[in-house]
Order: sequence, then C-alpha cells, then structure tokens
Amino acid sequence: MEQKNPMLEIKNLKVAFRTYGGKVHAVRDVSMYVNEGECVAVVGESGCGKSVTAKSVIGLNPKSSIEGGEIFFQGEDLLKYSEKQMQTIRGDKISMIFQDPMTSLNPTMTVGKQIAESLIKHQNVSKENAMKEAVEFLRLVGIANPEKRVKEYPDSLSGGMRQRVMIAMAMCCHPALLIADEPTTALDVTVQAQILELMQDLQKRFNTAIILITHDLGVVANMAERVLVFYAGRIVENGPTRSVFYQPRHPYTWGLLKSMPKLSADSKEELISIEGAPPDLFAPPKGCAFAARCEYAMEICREHQPPFVDVGDNHCAACWLNMKDVPDENRPDWMKSDHVSLEEVK
Amino acid sequence: MKKYVLKRIAIAVVTILVLVTIIFLLVRLLPGDPFTSEKTNEAIKAKMMAYYGMDKPLIEQWFTYIKNLLHGDLGVSLKYPGRTVNDTIAQTFPYSASLGIRSIVLALAVGLVLGTFAAQNAGKVMDYVCVLIAIVGVSMPDFIIGTLLQLIFAVKLRVLPAGQWTSWDCKILPVVALSLYTLSLITRLMRSSMMEVINQDYIMTARAKGLSKFEIIWRHEIRNAILPIVTTMGPLTAAVLTGTFVLEKIYAVPGMGKFYVQSINDLDYTMVLGMTTFYGIFLVTANLIVDILYGVIDPRIKLADGGGGKKRKAKPAAAGKEA
Repeated sequence: MEQKNPMLEIKNLKVAFRTYGGKVHAVRDVSMYVNEGECVAVVGESGCGKSVTAKSVIGLNPKSSIEGGEIFFQGEDLLKYSEKQMQTIRGDKISMIFQDPMTSLNPTMTVGKQIAESLIKHQNVSKENAMKEAVEFLRLVGIANPEKRVKEYPDSLSGGMRQRVMIAMAMCCHPALLIADEPTTALDVTVQAQILELMQDLQKRFNTAIILITHDLGVVANMAERVLVFYAGRIVENGPTRSVFYQPRHPYTWGLLKSMPKLSADSKEELISIEGAPPDLFAPPKGCAFAARCEYAMEICREHQPPFVDVGDNHCAACWLNMKDVPDENRPDWMKSDHVSLEEVK
Repeated sequence: MKKYVLKRIAIAVVTILVLVTIIFLLVRLLPGDPFTSEKTNEAIKAKMMAYYGMDKPLIEQWFTYIKNLLHGDLGVSLKYPGRTVNDTIAQTFPYSASLGIRSIVLALAVGLVLGTFAAQNAGKVMDYVCVLIAIVGVSMPDFIIGTLLQLIFAVKLRVLPAGQWTSWDCKILPVVALSLYTLSLITRLMRSSMMEVINQDYIMTARAKGLSKFEIIWRHEIRNAILPIVTTMGPLTAAVLTGTFVLEKIYAVPGMGKFYVQSINDLDYTMVLGMTTFYGIFLVTANLIVDILYGVIDPRIKLADGGGGKKRKAKPAAAGKEA
C-alpha cells in the first residue's frame, strides 16, 4: 500500500533496556506510520511495547536503549537528533499526555505557570502574554473560571480537570502530533467520554494527529481511523478500525475483541480471557510470540516468525493462518477462506 | 494562617514553661548546692540561701522565677557576684550564633548542591564520591574533625590560625568543622529526596515539554526535593547550636558553650536555668519558623484551619489522591 509522505514514519524500530536481570527486548522491529491529522490507536496488553514505542518517538527513552531503526518525522530522522534538537521538537511539534493526571502535574507549581512554561520555551512569548494564553487555553479545554484556576495548584483540581490541564499544556503550541498514553484509564467513565470528546475537538481544530495508546477497545472504535495491535514488542495486526474489528486476521486480536465485556441485560456469562501470559521479553521466542497461547497454533508457528502481509484494504496481519497453503480446517471459523482472501506463501 | 500561627505560638509558650519547670527541678536534684565549698560553714551557707531566697518553699521559688522570667529577667549568677545571666548571654551568645549561623549557611549551600549533583549522577563515580564524603562527615564526631583540621591546617600546613574568633581566617576552621556533620546529613537527605523526585511522573511531563535538563532541575526538581530538608532544618539548627559547645572549647571561641558547661559544674542554678531557657526559646522559635515556611513552599499544606493543626509530613510522592 503506498502512502504519500506520512507525517510520522517509524521503520524497523528496535528498543531494548539493559537491566540487572538481562536485556529486555521491549520493542522488536516495529514499523508504522501516522498521517497528518489522523488518529491512530495502539492497543495491546501491558508491557507489549506500546508506550516504549511512543516514548521513542518523542525521545524520552534513554538514547542507549535504541537498538536500531529510523523514526522519520516531517522528513527528518529523529533518532539522529541530538538531545538539544529533540528539546525543540518536544512540547512544540510533538507533545505527550500521560495516564495518571494525579501525578503528572508538578504539585508545587501553579497550573498556569506549567502551561506558560512551554509557551515561553517554544513560542518566544513574554511571561505576561504566556499567562494570558494559558488562561485562554484553560477556557478552550473547558475549565470554568480559568482566570481563577490559572493561579491554582494542581492540588485543588479534580482528576478530570487535571487531565484537561495536561491537554491544554500539550496542545498550547499547536503540535503536529499528540501522543496520548492511556489518557482516560485513570478517570471515571463519565469523565472519560468528555476527555475523548475534547481531544477529538482539538484534533479537528488544530489538525493534530493523535497516537492514542489504550487498553480500551471501546475508545478505539470511537476515536481512531486506524488501529495497530501490539503483542510482545511487535505489531501483529493493523488496519482500518472497522476492518480490524469486524474481520480480525490474527487470533490475538480476535481474543482481545472477544474478551470485551458485553452489556446484555441478564448475561451471567463469565468474562472471556486469553489463557496464559505474554512471553518473557528477556528471551523472546523464535517463532510467533503468541503461539504458546494460541489455540490454532501449528508447528510452523513455533518455529518461524510469520510474515506481515497485507490481506487487503490496507489491513495487515502477521499470522501463518492467513497463508493460502494452510489447510482450511486448521483455521477458525472467523478466518475461513470463504470470507477472507488469503496470501500466497513465498 | 493567622489562627494557625497563634496556636503554634501558644503551644510554644507551654513547651517552654514545661521545659523551665523540668530544668528548675532537675538542677536541684544534683547532689550538693552552689554554696558548699571548703571555705563556707553552715552559718554562711544559711545566710547565702536566705539572701538568694532559696530558703523559701520550692513552689514559691518557682513562682518568683517564672514572674521574673516573664519580665525578661533571668536572675543573677550564684557563683560570680555582680554578674547577671542576661549580661552573660548578651556577651557570649553573639559569638555562638555567629559560628552557628555561618555553619548552617555553609552546610545548606554545599549540602544541597552536593546532594543534587549526586542524585543527577546516580551510580556514577561522582555519586560515590559525594556519598563517601557524606558518610565520613556523619560518622566522625566534631571533636575529632575539629582537632584534625587544626592539626592539618594550623600545625602542619600553617595556613590558618588554630583558634580565636577575631579575623576572618580564624573563623574558617571552626565553621567548617561545625558544618561538616550537618552538611553530610543534608547531602544524603537531598540525594535520596532528589532520586525520588526524578522518578515522578511530573518530571516526565516536564521533559515532554522540551525543557532542558537544567530547567527541569531548577524549576521542577529542587523545589519538590527540598521539602523534606525544610522539615529537618529545625532539629538541625538545634544540633548545630548545641554542637558549638565542644568546638568553642577547641577553637577558643568566646561563646556561650564555655559558660554553660562551667555553670553546670558550679551548680550555678540560675545560670543553668537561664541559658537552657534561652536555648529552649531559640529552638522552639526555629521550629515554628520551619513549620510556617513549610506551608509557603508546599501549597498542598494548608495552614489555614485548626483541624489538627499538625504539619503533614508530605513526601513528594504522596501527591494527594483526594480530589
């Protein structure tokens, strides 16, 4: 599938952290792209490399952890940038908001100052003007009485308001890309919806692209045009949200979708979960990382990494079951050849 | 705020009253009395006792003392005729205070820098050097440091005077010797507090904003890391000021320490009581100031209402989840 100059393009990114226990291969060969103004969701369970990939984009992982790959942002390879150069990108062209608004704001600085800080740093505005802009941004993110709030400390704001402040802080320099690392996980359900709505609103207003990292498939369905499914440091499936949700082409994605709780009235069903645990990233398995938990695993799955193939419509997946040579009876019903096109094995 | 401060002052007054009473009783429990010596006989002693009002019941003496204390009068020395406690303090305390304050300032300045520096370079050689300095400083008693510095700089190298409190160069060795313990304590505290702050989420936020390392340390890390240090400044001031006693002797500084120790040996009741009370007021005030300062630095601590009124020991990590 051809893409005309994606704004962000990650190619073969590999990230590993040295720890006392050995080397953790957190991201193992991830390639992805984000177009201008679009919202891409990244889903997967904890420790699958979603956040690490995102932090690599904004340069918040230690430099030594990058083992290989390229990250092109507006045509420039960010991995070749020095720390100083990255500082001019961070908060200005790419910004990030975090999971827990309770701990993500400095408790000893007023929210106004914390917002003004980025403006002063990147936009070359005076302190007074920055504070005025901070008030406007607080108003924009839906905080009532911003003139008063701007002088308050994070302590006197609720979780939802703090996340609004975080968003104001991230958006105040009109970044081209916003990385939202589980922005609603720590919030009440009602507040979640408001925050997502706010993000969508600002996305349209400033034409900002969003990488939305989340566990919540419901959020993905609402927000994202495309979805990337991470498993054990790799992308196992990606494609347009609709296509991935209705025709998953990887057993892991299917498992994720199946394990979503349903809201049927008198359902006493137990929640479905995927048996087992993700593999040890100190020593990632040779074949498909999901093979050990996959009920359709074949011999080849344990031996060889499945290729990442396009199954049509810009929808790609890394699973041997998508290959034409695999006998149909090995495939689960939802993947049978009569409703999906299969790939030729090289 | 006003209510809180008033309440704290009231508590401080009670604290001092209790302190005075305890010392008042304790000195009298010591064997002997101020007037016993080879030259005095019973008749003279009785006369002396009567002269100083010590023949009256203890409770009456106590009331008299408190009454005088409220007028700012700490009494006269029982040992040296014509010398009042007030005068003695007025003459000697400035030396002790000058030594103490210089030491605290030095300890704070160097300790905060070393601690920050060590935390920023955690696990590297410079970190170990700082930690080593801190461990040596905490574990060596001041009389050893004092004499050691004298030996090196005054006797062997002959670059600094060994004692006195006159020109500026006399002051270097005693100030350094006195500050070393506090300096080490502050270094270690600042290091661990800083390490905790560095791993906080809001530091990640600050980095994500594109701030430089220096901006992050200066604007976001130090202010949060310094809170536990502020709490300890009250007791540390106490440690430094009482620590002057030994070093005053070693460096021949004409401070209060010498008289304090002497008056205990002499069983000079009024002198002991007076100086203890003076220190008591001094330290309670220091703690009070620290408590109020705490509220200024950390907005999470509301000093407004009386509810409990106690300072909350806020670790930077425990950013309240109450909202």
